[in-house]
Amino acid sequence: MNCKLSIRDLNIHFGDNHAVKNTIMDVAENSVTAIIGPSGCGKSTVLRSINRMHDLTPSARVTGTIMLDETDIYGRGVDPVTIRRRVGMVFQKPNPFPAMSIYDNVIAGYKLNGVLKKGEADEIVESSLKRVALWDEVKDRLRTGAVELSGGQQQRLCIARTIAVKPEVILMDEPASALDPISTLKIEELIEELKSKYTIVIVTHNMQQAARVSDVTAFFYLGELVEIGETRKLFTNPEKKQTEDYITGRFG
Amino acid sequence: MNLRSITVRRASNLTATVLMGAATFLVLLPLVIIFYHIVKMGISSINIGFFTNIPQPPGEAGGGMANGIAGSAVMIGMASLVGLPVGIFGAIYLTEYGTGRLATAIRFCADVLSGIPSIITGMVAYSLVVVPLKGFSALAGSFALSLIMVPIVLRTTEEQLKMVPATLREASLALGVPLWRTSIKVTLRSAMTGVITGVLLAIARVAGETAPLLFTALGNQFWSRKLTEPMAALPLQIFNFAISPYEDWHRLAWAGALVLVVMMFGLSLVARWLGRTKHS
Amino acid sequence: MNTTTTKKYGDRIFRAITLLFALTILIILLGMTAEMVSESLPSLRKFGWGFVTGSDWDAVQGSFAALPYLYGSVVSSILAILLATPLSVGTALFITELAPHKVGAVTASLVELLAAIPSVIYGLWGILVMTPWLQSTVEPFLIKYFGFLPFFRGAPYGVSMLAAVFILMIMIVPIITSITKEVLMAVPSSQKEAAVALGATRWEMIRIAVLPYGRSGILGAVILGLGRAIGETMAVTMVIGNTPQMSLSLLSPGYTMPSVIANEFAETTTKLHASALMEIGLILLVVTLFINFMARMLLWSVTRKWKGGVA
Repeated sequence: MNCKLSIRDLNIHFGDNHAVKNTIMDVAENSVTAIIGPSGCGKSTVLRSINRMHDLTPSARVTGTIMLDETDIYGRGVDPVTIRRRVGMVFQKPNPFPAMSIYDNVIAGYKLNGVLKKGEADEIVESSLKRVALWDEVKDRLRTGAVELSGGQQQRLCIARTIAVKPEVILMDEPASALDPISTLKIEELIEELKSKYTIVIVTHNMQQAARVSDVTAFFYLGELVEIGETRKLFTNPEKKQTEDYITGRFG
Repeated sequence: MNLRSITVRRASNLTATVLMGAATFLVLLPLVIIFYHIVKMGISSINIGFFTNIPQPPGEAGGGMANGIAGSAVMIGMASLVGLPVGIFGAIYLTEYGTGRLATAIRFCADVLSGIPSIITGMVAYSLVVVPLKGFSALAGSFALSLIMVPIVLRTTEEQLKMVPATLREASLALGVPLWRTSIKVTLRSAMTGVITGVLLAIARVAGETAPLLFTALGNQFWSRKLTEPMAALPLQIFNFAISPYEDWHRLAWAGALVLVVMMFGLSLVARWLGRTKHS
Repeated sequence: MNTTTTKKYGDRIFRAITLLFALTILIILLGMTAEMVSESLPSLRKFGWGFVTGSDWDAVQGSFAALPYLYGSVVSSILAILLATPLSVGTALFITELAPHKVGAVTASLVELLAAIPSVIYGLWGILVMTPWLQSTVEPFLIKYFGFLPFFRGAPYGVSMLAAVFILMIMIVPIITSITKEVLMAVPSSQKEAAVALGATRWEMIRIAVLPYGRSGILGAVILGLGRAIGETMAVTMVIGNTPQMSLSLLSPGYTMPSVIANEFAETTTKLHASALMEIGLILLVVTLFINFMARMLLWSVTRKWKGGVA
């Protein structure tokens, strides 16, 4: 398989706090990589470095390289906006734009960036919503506010919004942690679906979820990548003692 | 602790309570009295002519403050044209990039600036606009008002922008929308009702300003034809008529005060209403 | 290794433009100060320190000294603050600690209303309602019963230092009250609960937990009120009588720095006269800058997210 993301010597500081240390990891194309670890271990921090969300935090300092195909995400002259077009993100809490309708939320990436032809927009909305299996539920009320949807529907809408701009990689930051079990299941099924077209990196604190949805799992502890490997192997036969302690629940 | 001290403590508690209530009463009393006079004197002096006529010499009936009302509207409008964009975009800077020392300095200066007496703003506008243009003018008045507006709009807008949840901005940025578009189309848009509330309050505030117009717009007994001429303003007319010795003009001043107060409170009511619907 | 954040042109231009607008604040502040200094130079050069120690203000002779105006400003503002502070703190305590929630909220918005009334309307009410009442009722009373004091000697004019003090007090009370209210609301409830749990009465709780905690904030509010009082122009001009004299009696008319500017600046005939008024403006600017600087420092230390500029 093709290597989509290649992270080398990644270090992330927030002021004096060394949040992520010397991380090296590869992410294969059209795979699902799960990042697990206790809270505060730096897993979300790694995820957010992949589409340069740390640019917004003045105290954050990111060093090292993250290659997206042939592009160094942190390279000189590289525009974070272009990177974020290629690397989309789904957040922990569903965050549809409250002032926009369902329809407008799906094409928000286009709307906010400028104009979009009417016919094109309809097509994008329909195909994106179908992809996240939301189309049948909302097709009769596309013009109503997005906030009227349930939490699970909102999260699928946010995923639709992300794939509407046709990214190559989708980052998911605990996308189901704010949802009920049924919605969670739908999101997990969706991840499985999306894998054929996108490369997915998902942060989760739920080990069962990681085991269910991912091909590769990376375990972070105290800002360090302890172990990365094929999910089935990592959960059944980890190489490191720390990993074993964590997945068997000995970390508490 | 003996019984007597408890009695003393209770008594001092009661005394303090009564004093606090009395203070509140004394503070609110002038409000009631002033409003009573404005409404009583104002209503009896107001009629259609007040809104359509210009002031008449004392002794002649039927004078109004139409030119003052129009002049105020024109000058506030022009001041807003300059003051609002500067304040709002300045606030965007503070929200998006405002973490360094420069931003702190700007915030601090805005706070300090809003405490500078407005008559000084008038003097500065006089030497920067009136002197070079060789005459008092509506332009100079608008310039002075816009200087007063900027810090108020800047600080209230920043407060509103800061209340927009970070998740919304992140959602937009993660879609590959540049920061500047995110700022305008997501952050500013989401905070719009709050920003408009702040703007209305700022307009209400400058609508009552008199001191900065004294030697900029100067006032005008008649209609102004050009922005480079002296122009009447409602608060200026209230001032001039209030200190005049004529009963007729006093009545006009009261009517003007009623109109000014109604207009200002109308604005702040709208502002409050907007602010409230946003939270519900 | 690379930590530069490269932005597309759009973001760079946006940042530059918004920065320019934000910098306007600094430009206004520095520009105003520079302009006032340069316009005051002729007067500063001619009169030196004599400007603030002498009391001769004569436009015809071209000799200007501003002590009576300084005196009037200081006396009227200080007295107004002394009267306004207890009233304001009392009202703020009433709103935050005493009144039921609804009553407190209504009181607070009435205070805001009071703060929103334009200065010229206070002046209108002051000159047409308050001063006649002072002249007919209050001042005769003061003369009759307190006339042995130097502060209440003379004839009842109505327009007087006393009128200025009263109108200023009414005008600054809402400012001090609403800021004090914000400060008091920032007192953590754990502090109050601790006091109450010790068996403190409400007043004791206020004394032990609320006031000490809010002290520097309240001081900031009072100083801010002082700045307002010193700079207040229209209402004072309308009721103080505009007579440049320094009398101990509060019943005599007086004059303040903003008032003399308001009355004379539009009608100056000589450059020197204008410059002398500019110098009064400069003094006023420096004093209010200093006062506001102090007040904001105090208030910012209380809460960093202080909503300045609104109050």
